[in-house]
Amino acid sequence: MKFFSLLKANLFRSRKRTFLTIASVALALFLFASLRTVVTTIAAAAQFGSARRLVVTNSTGFVLPLPVAYANRLEAMEGIGTVTWANWFGGKYGDNKRFFGQFAVDPESYLAMYPEMSVPADQKEAFFRDRSGALIGKRLLDVFGWKVGQSITLQGTIFPGDWTFTISGVYTPTDAVINDDMMLFHWEYLDEKIGRPGIAGWYIFEIDRPEDAARISKAVDDQFRSSPAPTKTGTEQAFNASFATMWGNISLLMNTIGMAVVFAILLVTANAMMMSARERTREIAVLKTIGFSDRRLFTLVMAEAGLVTMIGAVLGLGGAKLLYKGTNFNAAGFLPGFDVTTSTLLIGSGIALALMLASGIAPALRAARLPVVTALRSVE
Amino acid sequence: MKIPIVYNIRSLLGRPLSTALTALGIALVVAVFIGMLALANGFAVALKTTGSEENVLVLRKGADNEMSSGIDRASTSIIASFPHVKQGADGAPLVSPEVYVVIPMGRITDTTTYANVVLRGVSDKVWDVRANLQIIDGRRPDAAKNEVCLGTKLIGRFPRTGVGEAITIAGRPWEVVCHFTADGASFESEIWGMNEQVMPVMRGQVFQSVTFRLADAGAFDEAKRALEGDQRLQVDAQRESVFYAKQSELLGSILNILAILITSIMAVGAIFGAVNTMYAAVASRSSEIAVLLTLGFRPVSIMVSFLAESALIALIGGVIGCLIVLPVNGIVTSTTNWASFSEIAFSFRITPGLLLTGLIFALVMGVLGGFFPARRAAKMLVVQAIR
Amino acid sequence: MALVEIRDVYKSFARDAEKVEVFTGLTMDIEKGSFTALMGPSGSGKSTLLNLVAGLDKPTSGKVSVNGQVVSAMSPAQLANWRAEHVGFVFQSFNLLPVLTAYQNVELPLLLTRLSKRERDERIKLALEVVGLSDRMGHYPRQLSGGQEQRVSIARAIVADPTLVLLDEPTGQLDAKSSQEVLTLLGRLNDEFGKTILIVTHDPQAAARAKKTLHLEKGEFVEQAGAAR
Repeated sequence: MKFFSLLKANLFRSRKRTFLTIASVALALFLFASLRTVVTTIAAAAQFGSARRLVVTNSTGFVLPLPVAYANRLEAMEGIGTVTWANWFGGKYGDNKRFFGQFAVDPESYLAMYPEMSVPADQKEAFFRDRSGALIGKRLLDVFGWKVGQSITLQGTIFPGDWTFTISGVYTPTDAVINDDMMLFHWEYLDEKIGRPGIAGWYIFEIDRPEDAARISKAVDDQFRSSPAPTKTGTEQAFNASFATMWGNISLLMNTIGMAVVFAILLVTANAMMMSARERTREIAVLKTIGFSDRRLFTLVMAEAGLVTMIGAVLGLGGAKLLYKGTNFNAAGFLPGFDVTTSTLLIGSGIALALMLASGIAPALRAARLPVVTALRSVE
Repeated sequence: MKIPIVYNIRSLLGRPLSTALTALGIALVVAVFIGMLALANGFAVALKTTGSEENVLVLRKGADNEMSSGIDRASTSIIASFPHVKQGADGAPLVSPEVYVVIPMGRITDTTTYANVVLRGVSDKVWDVRANLQIIDGRRPDAAKNEVCLGTKLIGRFPRTGVGEAITIAGRPWEVVCHFTADGASFESEIWGMNEQVMPVMRGQVFQSVTFRLADAGAFDEAKRALEGDQRLQVDAQRESVFYAKQSELLGSILNILAILITSIMAVGAIFGAVNTMYAAVASRSSEIAVLLTLGFRPVSIMVSFLAESALIALIGGVIGCLIVLPVNGIVTSTTNWASFSEIAFSFRITPGLLLTGLIFALVMGVLGGFFPARRAAKMLVVQAIR
Repeated sequence: MALVEIRDVYKSFARDAEKVEVFTGLTMDIEKGSFTALMGPSGSGKSTLLNLVAGLDKPTSGKVSVNGQVVSAMSPAQLANWRAEHVGFVFQSFNLLPVLTAYQNVELPLLLTRLSKRERDERIKLALEVVGLSDRMGHYPRQLSGGQEQRVSIARAIVADPTLVLLDEPTGQLDAKSSQEVLTLLGRLNDEFGKTILIVTHDPQAAARAKKTLHLEKGEFVEQAGAAR
């Protein structure tokens, strides 16, 4: 557009101010994107879960384990396919500065249940065969510098003592929501060492048709209602969602701060634009004399605001997206799949647009309405 | 010669909109800053008042938290027999063995989403051993009945928490017979029931922790050595206060890091705003500066004057920021303490110290923001300024 | 028909609480190709008249027409377009946008037309050549002397080939030498290119260059014979 050089020249009028304003917008939108991504990541985890996988926990308290004897009874029930289980191990490695989840599972059925955890065939076989073997998530290779075949020792907390494992293989999640820094090992290895109490942990089983979920859940819970370990069965998604609520008000907090940030920056940008416009009263008068119409000047001032906010938006939003993607950030395992979503980018762009309007409207109107003659009188 | 501050005040009033916007920007940064630190503070306080220096918390060796620990009855008796344990008024040792479980409770806002709340099995000695406890409503639970006492932070966040009502634990109703406070400690987010009732339902014959009062508060190290060295036991002993402080470390440091990170970024933005404002101010008042220089004011005075002006805007912003954030004080929020896997409720805690920190932060932003523009004002030559 | 026809124009301002009457029934003509100087005491309304002719201001009552078009009846949007086509204006100071080069400043009126980049370029270069500043195209106003700035302003004022060139105290801030440059240029524009020029001025030298001088006193113009060149 032929007026672009005029716009550009105006922005370069005070390089410092333009740079500072763009930087402010970029910073604010970067912050906004980051905060909102915490919210979206938690929400994504809450929604993850196959509609055909159900989770069974101890209804008294989910940290209490269920007996392994339930496996057969579950498998015998109508409508239930593969059954597997997992137990939280809670061990420490080294100086314990980096937390990662360890699970005692039934290897064959667990990996069958979760095709999203992809393991090379030979490593899978090695894991199945070695009772003291362990499968680790890809990220742990980098975090601890482990290698396949290496022997590692964990300190148990719930199950005290030193626990040695051999790394049989590495899994790679095909869905970003699944943590890529967990460890799986044989439940029998755990059970044997603690004297064969026969505990499984919690169960996961597959059903044929998602519509049966409610019915089958009730059937399972009814079966075990009067046992010493009564159950609470629900879809995997409900299970994951309940974890998400454990974050509590974090989402509210992030959103509130996000709003405050955006608002603060709005003020800064609006201020900068207004200052810039105020200084140009004379020039605007001259342009009107030349024949620039009120409407054209309005558009030019708005466009200037638009250019600043747009560049800031690209830098801030784009920067956030690239940073988290590029560094494979996952908040030390707490927020797997941390990635700026398209909706965040869109909302961020919307904010930039609103910023443009809010900061540009007053100076643009002022420029449009400037009475030339009065302005000229102040010129002479 | 010092330039009188009234010049700056008048100048600020002369450009009210610009001043207001800049001050407001700084106000928001200060508000967020104080708010986040208040959150971290509230959390730290909740865990700091949890645990007394005079008490020792004993866990199984290697256990990080109460949940993964297990101490059997025999060990408990041994611990109670140690000379380091203070004797109560009735001659019995001040020892409280406790059960620690996490149970699901449907939230009052949406009972399909549940929170994991701590259910602590206690002995009747707990009221003497753990410090700062006070029953504010009702009476102590009876060990022969399914009765519980609720910490005050649970009230209103979960259904049927009033005295006389009953909550469901392990499929059975348990009557709420009292509410207790603990001076802000994390116990206030817990459900307390008597060991005799809780153990059969939950873990069987094993306690998770044993807490006792030191006969001699200064003799902790000796007690620790004795306990950990005893061949009959496999335990770790810590001061109760130290233990709970460590529990909050992870979340506490996350909150602190978040606070610093977010406010730094915001601060940079606000400083930019201040810089912009001051540059414009200097530019528009160049003729005034020329006059001042001609009158004989030194460039340094001019620089100080503009710095003071910038600091003044920032201070105003700081005060507004403090006012904005004050209503947040006392609001209860909750999150999961991943170290203990339980939901912990704590409130925003704003202290005068925090407010002062906020004001100083504002001043720093103002001075940083005003520095370069002020320097430019000082370096202005009369010739330039006149033009 | 004269190029500019002013008929029975009344103009008053409110200055603080007072009403100031500048013109009470002014009627005058300005012929095409003329070079007229308007002189008079400060506040006598010289600039106001210029503004009325340029369509920057409206009379309280009466009619102003330029080249047959009734300027005083146009809407602001129409006036903007009209000015772009028909008027070149030069002020005493602050004409040029400091962020643009001389070339870009001269280009401004042409941005409002539909000319292509190449066509604009031709005219800009021509205009700058006429004012004798072709070698300063890429300079910024701060790199030019006062006289040079005004000559660039004149280039901008003529680049769109307007019907009228209006100047308000163009030599007011210039030294003698620069004033001469500017006035010589104006003379050329009128003689060689036939531009109609209306110049408001205090400067007797400027008035001397004009072919006709009008004195404004108490809202009325009094003609004075133009001094020989």
